[in-house]
Amino acid sequence: MPMAAADIEAAILAALPGATVEITDLAGDGDHYAAVVTAPQFTGLSRVAQQRLVYNALGGRMGGALHALKLTTVAA
Amino acid sequence: MTNPVHERIADLVNSNDVVLFMKGTPFFPQCGFSSTAIAILERLNVAFEGVDVLADQEIRQGIKEYSDWPTIPQLYIKGEFVGGSDIMMEMFQAGELHTLVAEAGIKPAA
Repeated sequence: MPMAAADIEAAILAALPGATVEITDLAGDGDHYAAVVTAPQFTGLSRVAQQRLVYNALGGRMGGALHALKLTTVAA
Repeated sequence: MTNPVHERIADLVNSNDVVLFMKGTPFFPQCGFSSTAIAILERLNVAFEGVDVLADQEIRQGIKEYSDWPTIPQLYIKGEFVGGSDIMMEMFQAGELHTLVAEAGIKPAA
């Protein structure tokens, strides 16, 4: 049960207003993505804390419905 | 800490300087992200303990709760959660992982 790129982007934007999200479907199978998330909310946070914000935005789907997401976070 | 699985994990990360929770083994990683993590540790030339979560369903679920991190692999150094493979790669490329390992006094791989 893969997750569409648009759904990933929408979930992240809902949790991190003002963020920009750039998603690449790595394998063309709707199941292996790379995402670059740039957000003002990341400022001052460790990489672990930044990625936790994104994982929390995906609400438990990471590691489940969303199998593979290569994640890069950038403070805006 | 009352959860027995969390106690097992705490014991693993506190009794080994460097621990990688991964899918598969260091010699035969079964996921691209775990394979990346192994390649980084090999380049760092540090001794580490690989824990195959595919061989232990309790650890597989328990490590996600223990670290509050939903994905595998997960790297621990000196009992502290460092991150997953993307963070490992960013830190490696920035030279931060070398610094962390050096400052922690981690011994090189035999």
